[in-house]
Amino acid sequence: MPTIAELGARYRSGETTPTQVVESYLQRIETLDPQVRAYLTLTRESALARAEATEKRLKAGKPLGPLDGVPLAIKDVICTKGVRTTCSSKILENFVPPYDATVMVRLNAAGAVMLGKTNMDEFAMGSSTENSAFFPTRNPWDLARVPGGSSGGSAAAVAAGLAAGALGSDTGGSIRQPAAFCGTVGVKPTYGRVSRYGLVAFASSLDQIGPFAADVRGAALLLQAIAGHDPLDSTSTDIPVPDYPAALGQGIQGLRVGIPSEYVIEGMDPEVGKAVSAAIEALKGLGAKTEKVSLPTTNYALAAYYLIAPAEASSNLARYDGVKYGYRAAGGKDLIQMYGRTRAEGFGPEVKRRIMLGTYALSAGYYEAYYGKAQRVRTLVRRDFQQAFERVDVLACPTAPNVAFKLGEKEDPLQMYLCDVFTIPVNLAGLPGLSLPCGFTQSGLPIGLQLIGKPFDESTLLSAAYAYEQATPWHARAPALP
Amino acid sequence: MSTDYETVIGLEVHAQLLTRSKMFCGCPTAFGGSPNSQTCPVCQGMPGVLPVINRRAIEFAIRTALALHCTINAGCRFARKHYYYPDMPKNYQISQYEEPLAVEGWLEVAVDGAPRRIGIERLHMEEDVGKLIHEGTLETARASLVDFNRSGVPLMEIVSKPDVRSAEEATAYLRALRAILLYLGVCDGNMEEGSFRCDANISLRPRGSKEYGVKVEIKNMNSFKNVQHALEFEARRQAKALAAGERIVQETRLWEADKGYTLSMRSKEYAHDYRYFPEPDLVPLKVEQRWVDQLRTTLPELPVVRQQRFVSQYGLPAYDAELLTQSRALADYYEAAVREYPKPKIVSNWVLSELLRELPGDDEAAITRCPIPPKNLARLLALIDDGTISGKIAKDVFEKMYRSGEDAETIVRREGLVQVADAGALAAVVEQVLAANAPAVEDWKKGKKQSLGFLVGQVMKTTQGKANPAIVNQLLLEQLPKPS
Amino acid sequence: MPDPKIDIEHVARLARLDLSEPEKERMRSQLDAILTYIDKLRQLNTEGVEPTSHAIPMVNVMREDEVRPCLPAGEMLANAPEREREFFRVPKIIEE
Repeated sequence: MPTIAELGARYRSGETTPTQVVESYLQRIETLDPQVRAYLTLTRESALARAEATEKRLKAGKPLGPLDGVPLAIKDVICTKGVRTTCSSKILENFVPPYDATVMVRLNAAGAVMLGKTNMDEFAMGSSTENSAFFPTRNPWDLARVPGGSSGGSAAAVAAGLAAGALGSDTGGSIRQPAAFCGTVGVKPTYGRVSRYGLVAFASSLDQIGPFAADVRGAALLLQAIAGHDPLDSTSTDIPVPDYPAALGQGIQGLRVGIPSEYVIEGMDPEVGKAVSAAIEALKGLGAKTEKVSLPTTNYALAAYYLIAPAEASSNLARYDGVKYGYRAAGGKDLIQMYGRTRAEGFGPEVKRRIMLGTYALSAGYYEAYYGKAQRVRTLVRRDFQQAFERVDVLACPTAPNVAFKLGEKEDPLQMYLCDVFTIPVNLAGLPGLSLPCGFTQSGLPIGLQLIGKPFDESTLLSAAYAYEQATPWHARAPALP
Repeated sequence: MSTDYETVIGLEVHAQLLTRSKMFCGCPTAFGGSPNSQTCPVCQGMPGVLPVINRRAIEFAIRTALALHCTINAGCRFARKHYYYPDMPKNYQISQYEEPLAVEGWLEVAVDGAPRRIGIERLHMEEDVGKLIHEGTLETARASLVDFNRSGVPLMEIVSKPDVRSAEEATAYLRALRAILLYLGVCDGNMEEGSFRCDANISLRPRGSKEYGVKVEIKNMNSFKNVQHALEFEARRQAKALAAGERIVQETRLWEADKGYTLSMRSKEYAHDYRYFPEPDLVPLKVEQRWVDQLRTTLPELPVVRQQRFVSQYGLPAYDAELLTQSRALADYYEAAVREYPKPKIVSNWVLSELLRELPGDDEAAITRCPIPPKNLARLLALIDDGTISGKIAKDVFEKMYRSGEDAETIVRREGLVQVADAGALAAVVEQVLAANAPAVEDWKKGKKQSLGFLVGQVMKTTQGKANPAIVNQLLLEQLPKPS
Repeated sequence: MPDPKIDIEHVARLARLDLSEPEKERMRSQLDAILTYIDKLRQLNTEGVEPTSHAIPMVNVMREDEVRPCLPAGEMLANAPEREREFFRVPKIIEE
C-alpha cells in the first residue's frame, strides 16, 4: 500500500485519483475487514463525496496540502459531527455528536477523507481491544492475536492497509502499544500539543490524541495537521508548532540516546529485548551516542497510574446516566434505579472496575492516601525524566515488554495492566513518545521500539525514528492477509 | 428553669454573575429563553467537551472580594464536586474547594444603629445547574423535566462565618451584601428569580457558651422576609426542642413560606461524599497583584461609604441616607436630582416617598427604566419654589409625569395647573368662601384658630388646588373679623 | 495506607452502579488484588513532594466574555433517551 506521502505525490502527478484510491480502500475494507474487524462504522458516502471534492481541487491546481484526499481511520473516541461515536460502549451505542472534535475540524480543513470509525477498548480502557462492547479486533499479522489497545482498531486498520493513516488516543500507551503490536508507527504527542476538545475523556490529565501511519513521514504529516493551540482546550499550549516533515532526513549524528536501566523487567519477552538492543546498536551505527540513565521511580509509575487514571475516569464517566444521551435501562421506577441500572447495563466489566477503583481512591478518608499519594509519585516520575533529559536528547526502550498475545490469553486485569509498564511513565510526565517497528519475532510478530522525548520535542523523536527507519527494512514488511 | 439561648447563624449566598456568557462556554446567560435553547455541548456536558474560564467572571469575583475586604489567594484552582442529580449535566459541578479565590473578609452591618462586623469565611466561583420542572410536586411527580439553559451560568458563593446572632442581623447582612453586589454591577440581586440565593446554618447554644450547638441548614428562602421569618421560626423551634430536653438533629430543612414553618427534607442520613479533586481540564489561576490593583481602581464608592457621605455632604438623616444608598442606581438618581435642585432633604423626601411608591422595585433595572429622569424631578420641585404650582398640585403632576413620561411644564401648561398668585383674583374667591361658611367665621370670632385652616382648605378646593396657600392665608387674615 | 478491603456496596452506591451479587464478588477480589499491588507506593517516601496534577505546568488560561452561538434545542435533544416537548424527561426523583 502507498504511504501518505506517496499518495499525495501520485495525486499530484495524476497517476491515480482520490476517488480511485478511496474506492480501492473501501473495496479492501469490504474484503478484509470481516476478518480484522478494525472498523465499527464506515462512512462510505461522505468519504466518496470528500474524495470528489479533492479531485476538483486537484483539477483546479489547488490541493489543500499533503493530506488532501488521504483516506484515514478515526478511533471511535473522537467526536465526529453527525457520525455516531460510541467509544465501543453500549452506553454510547447510538450517540451521534452534534459537533466535531478540533482534530476533525483540522483534518477536514486539510482535505483528509475519513473512511470510518475504529474499534477500541471501551472508553479506551484496555490493552487488547478485547474490551470493546461490540467485538474484538484481530491482529493483521496473526488473526488469533490481539492488535493491542486501546486504539487497536486504528493500528490494525493501518497495518492491514485498510487506511493510509489513523488517529488514536493514548492515556497510558494506547497508541504506542498497538502500534508496536501491529508493526506501525504511532506517536503520542506531548500533553497539550494536540487539542483534546472532542476527545471523549478517559483520564483528562493524561489523554492525548496522536497519529498512526505506515511510516515516520506519514506520522509527521498527520501530526503537523492536528497539532497546535486550541482556544477550546485550556490545557493546549500556544508554543509554536515546528515543521515536522522538515525535521526528517537531518540525520542523528551526535544525538544523545539514553537507555533507561529500569526498562528491563522480569518476564519480558527475550526476543523483544534482543530486537531493542539491536535497534540501539543501529542507532549508534547512525552516529548516535548512547548512555545508560536511571529512572528510579519507574517501578512505582504503574501503581500511581492505576490510581490517577481510574480516579479521573470515575469522574469523567459520571455523565453517562441515561438522562441526556446514550443508553437508558428500561423499567427503572425512579431516578436512582434508572441511574444504577443504566450504568450497570451500559458499561462493561473493565470500565466498571475502573470506575469502582477511581471512586474508591477519591472517596472520603482515602483521598490523601491514594489519589494524593499518586500525584506526588507523579512528581517524582517527572523529576526522573527531567534529570535524564539534562544528559540525553531522547530515551530508547521497548514499547511493550511483550508482543501481541492471543485473544483471551490475559484474563487477569493486573496482568493486562502490566502490558503498559513502559508506556505509562511517559503519560504521567506528559512527554512525547513514539513507537516504530524494530524487528519481528521468529513467529513473525512485530516488535516496537519506543523513543521518548523532551516536552514539545516531537521533531527530534521523528527525525531519530526516520533515520532508523531509513536504515532498516522493517517498515517495508506487510502482513500476509488471506 | 429555662436556659437563655444564643442564636448562631452562618449564611451562604449564591449570586449569579452578570456576565454576558456562561462560566465555561459562550452560551448567553440571559433569562427566559425557551427550554434548552441556550445550551451547547459544553454546558450540556456532552462527551468530549472541555471548559474554558470566563475572564470577566473571575474579575467580578475579585472585585467582590476586594469590596468585602477579603484576602485574595495568589493561586486558586477549580475542583470537581461530585453528586448525581439530573439538573447537573456532568454529575459533577466545577467549583472550588481547597484553593478558593478569596478568604477572610468582613462586612459591616447595623441593627438598631449598632454596627457589627460579620466575618466572611470564603468566596469562590462555581457553575450553576439547570432547572427541574416536576409534574406536580417533587413528592408526587411521576417524572421531572430538565432544562439546561441555566446550566453553566457563573455563580459566586459567599460564605459567612457563624457570626450572625439574630434573624434581623441575617437580613441586614443579606441586604448589605446585596447592595454591594448591586453597586459593583456583578449581580442583579433578584431573589425571586434566584439570581441572589441564600441558605442559612442555624444553631442555638446556652448564652456564654463557647461551643457551637448542632446546626440545621435552612433552604428555600427566596426573599428577605422569608429569611427573617424562617430563621425566627427555626430559632423558636430549636429553643422549644432544647427546653423539652430533645436533641437537635443535624439536617436540612425547607422553609414552607405559605405554612410558616420549616420542614425536614427527611433525606436518609447518608453523608455526602463529594469526592473533590483538582479539575484536570482547567489550569490553575495565578492572581497577580498587578491584576488585583488594576481591578481595585475600578471599584465604585461602596454603599457604607456613600451613606456616610450622604449624611456629611447633604446633611441627610442617617435613615434617609441608608435607604437612598441601598441600590447604586437609586443613589445615583438622587445625586443627579440634587445637582439640579440643591435642596437635599426635599429631594430625599420626594425620592423616598413619591418615587419609591411608584417604582415596581428598588433594583437597578426598575430605576433605570424610571420614566421620570432626575432632571425632570428637579424641574418639578423648582416649579414649587417659584410659586408656579403648589406642593399639593406637584404630587398630582408627579403621578402624571410617571404615567406619561412628560415633563412637569408640559403637564402644568396643558392642564392649566399654574398656581393662582394674583391677590385680586383670589380676593373674590376668599369673599365667596367667607360668605358660604358663616359658621366657620363665627367659630373664628369665638377664638377657634383651627377655623383658619378649614377656610384655607375651602379656598384651595374651590380653586382646585391652584391657589397659592401663603397668599390665601394672608387674604383671609385681612378679611376675617378680629376674634373677640 | 488504609486496609485495601474495599467496601464494595458503599463504593458501588457512590458510583451509581447496580452490581449483581456475582459481580460484587468478582469485583471485590479483583480490586483487592489491584489495591495490594498499588500498596507498593507505601514504600516510596513522598514527604515534602508537591503533587502534580498537570504534567505541563500552565496558568491563567481564560477566554473573553463573548457570546457564541448556541446549538438549537432540537440538536441538543436529538440524543435524549426520553424527551417531552423541548425538555429532557427523567423518572420520579427520590432523594437518597
